[in-house]
Amino acid sequence: MTDAATNVAEREIDRTQMQVSDEVAIQVENMNKWFGTFHVLRDIDLTVYRGERIVVCGPSGSGKSTLIRCINRLEEHQQGKIVVDGIELTSDLKNIDKVRSEVGMVFQHFNLFPHLTILENCTLAPIWVRKTPKREAEEIAMHFLEKVKIPEQALKYPGQLSGGQQQRVAIARSLCMKPRIMLFDEPTSALDPEMIKEVLDTMIELAEEGMTMICVTHEMGFAQAVANRVIFMDAGQIVEQNEPKEFFNNPQSDRTKLFLSQILGH
Amino acid sequence: MSDTHAQTVRFVRQEMMPERAPPIREAGAVKWLRENLFSSWLNAILTLVSLYAVYYILSHVLPWMVFGIWDANSLTECRAVRDELYGENASVACWAVLADRWQQLMFGFYPSEFYWRPVLAVVVFLVALGPILFSGFPRQAIWFSAASPFLMYLLLWGGTIWGPLVVIVGFVIGVVAFQLLAKVAGNIVGGLASIILPILFWLFAAGPLASALAAALPIGLTFVPSDDFGGFMLSFIIGIAGITLSLPLGILLALGRQSDLFIINKVSVAFIEIIRGVPLIVWLFTASLLLNYFLPPGTNFDLMLRVIIMVTFFASAYIAEVVRGGLAALPRGQYEAADALGLDYAKSMRLIILPQALKISIPGIVNTFIGLFKDTTLVVFIGLLDPIGLSNAIRATTDWNGIYWELFVFIGLLFFICCFGMGRYSLWLERKLQTGHR
Repeated sequence: MTDAATNVAEREIDRTQMQVSDEVAIQVENMNKWFGTFHVLRDIDLTVYRGERIVVCGPSGSGKSTLIRCINRLEEHQQGKIVVDGIELTSDLKNIDKVRSEVGMVFQHFNLFPHLTILENCTLAPIWVRKTPKREAEEIAMHFLEKVKIPEQALKYPGQLSGGQQQRVAIARSLCMKPRIMLFDEPTSALDPEMIKEVLDTMIELAEEGMTMICVTHEMGFAQAVANRVIFMDAGQIVEQNEPKEFFNNPQSDRTKLFLSQILGH
Repeated sequence: MSDTHAQTVRFVRQEMMPERAPPIREAGAVKWLRENLFSSWLNAILTLVSLYAVYYILSHVLPWMVFGIWDANSLTECRAVRDELYGENASVACWAVLADRWQQLMFGFYPSEFYWRPVLAVVVFLVALGPILFSGFPRQAIWFSAASPFLMYLLLWGGTIWGPLVVIVGFVIGVVAFQLLAKVAGNIVGGLASIILPILFWLFAAGPLASALAAALPIGLTFVPSDDFGGFMLSFIIGIAGITLSLPLGILLALGRQSDLFIINKVSVAFIEIIRGVPLIVWLFTASLLLNYFLPPGTNFDLMLRVIIMVTFFASAYIAEVVRGGLAALPRGQYEAADALGLDYAKSMRLIILPQALKISIPGIVNTFIGLFKDTTLVVFIGLLDPIGLSNAIRATTDWNGIYWELFVFIGLLFFICCFGMGRYSLWLERKLQTGHR
């Protein structure tokens, strides 16, 4: 198990603020989704409490990205119920926009806006969605850019930054909306090995501050260090979920065992 | 084998080499000439042949242009002057036709005592263009640009100032209605109201209101009917109106074609395909002849206005397809990132999607604009006196019967300057908006 943890900081992780409360942040009940006739998500039940750090893993095509994309309605579910922060996701556009402004999302391919500077990328949503005055939005943006350790790049364009820097900007951009929940959709999968670490470090810091996070990732070291729960998905279903230690050391289902042996076995 | 070269493989540099100039054959003009003109025997021969061809053409065209005669009142007079100066049948241009008919070529039959009005309208246009095309103007300047169409209309056509003002009031009503209703009843109701209320106002209230105001306070300029418009003024009015109106309409059509809403989608597709699939000249004839059958008898719907509407529709169908290309070229991630931040449709389009899609579409959009501007010469077929129509009229007079090169060279040159300018601007804009590789 040790070799999988290489990308994660050697330092001790500060767990004082990593506390799971009883308050429900996300409630997914019996949710089903189809792409055409293809049944991508089947009877998903998931309750996420505030302060949880959940890692979702599984083979490609297992529906893990689709699951978190349903949580901020980038994908529409056809059956069941999703309640985020007390707001149920229906086709009501007002509710969808409200949920989206409370839930931050980080993508595999960063998806920064190439025609805006780093600072403008970060201030855009606060100014236009939250109606924050420009000056204040810029202060908030600089605060979070410092947090992800790239304030000096604020006036550059995304195209001038490395992949790791772009992903950290993407995290800062989400944080500027002061979200209560963060979703990460394979945030390190498009990065060079050197840059994975800087992004994971940023995510760990976020976890240390008590952010509710759901991360789709293959970084098992990160899962072991930070997650309080690991969910394994296959064929559109939740196959197994457990605390990381138990999950890695004592997997129950054969499918999980096979998956773990394949990603950790070499 | 492995040990034999150990001596030669080992190498340590003791001293770093300074930078040196390249050999003379590899630098400056010599290099350029060698690479581009004389890189082989065949190329050297081709270079010489081309140089001769260029010389041959210029040696005939340049004297014809430069020695051209500017001072004469008719072609016969022109020929007499030529014979006197350069001998019988020398080949020189007779630019005198331009000098003699300059005002007509520029303004058509616009009353000459009011020539200052179109000239002032051009000044207004150029000033209004500044804040739109270039950054670095103060923000308030855009309000002048917004007001400039009304000012230009007033200058060109004249009439009382109340007509344009009442039209502006209609727009204000639309904006106010949207602001008030969008908060109470949502964006869709507000949007509909902002379209319907101004139209109702223009249809029923605007006319009486304008005439009442005009009767009370007759301020304005002498009215000039569209029939008097002609020459380059006509081309510019149709071209500029078509360009400014077709861009927003084209963008709306492109968004409509991408929309998930069934009716909006199908209406956009039908509009684009029908307008684009029929030649412009057919639409122009429709505008000039057929439309009268459909309009209620007695309505006097200005021919120029009808032409502008047709040209605008035609260009906007093309613009819509060009912009659709730009929208399709954007990665899906841009739409998703905008959505994920909580931006609604209007904001994500305005702030994220359209700025990028339009940037990609600049070459295509400007291409369409250039095409539109040149196509304004087609109005000659429905009897409007654009420069081509006027040149035909001029050549039909006894004074200038038999002249054609000079007129068409001049018309071609003026169009070329305008289109070349647009092309240069688009290149400049593309370079300015370049923000590094994505």
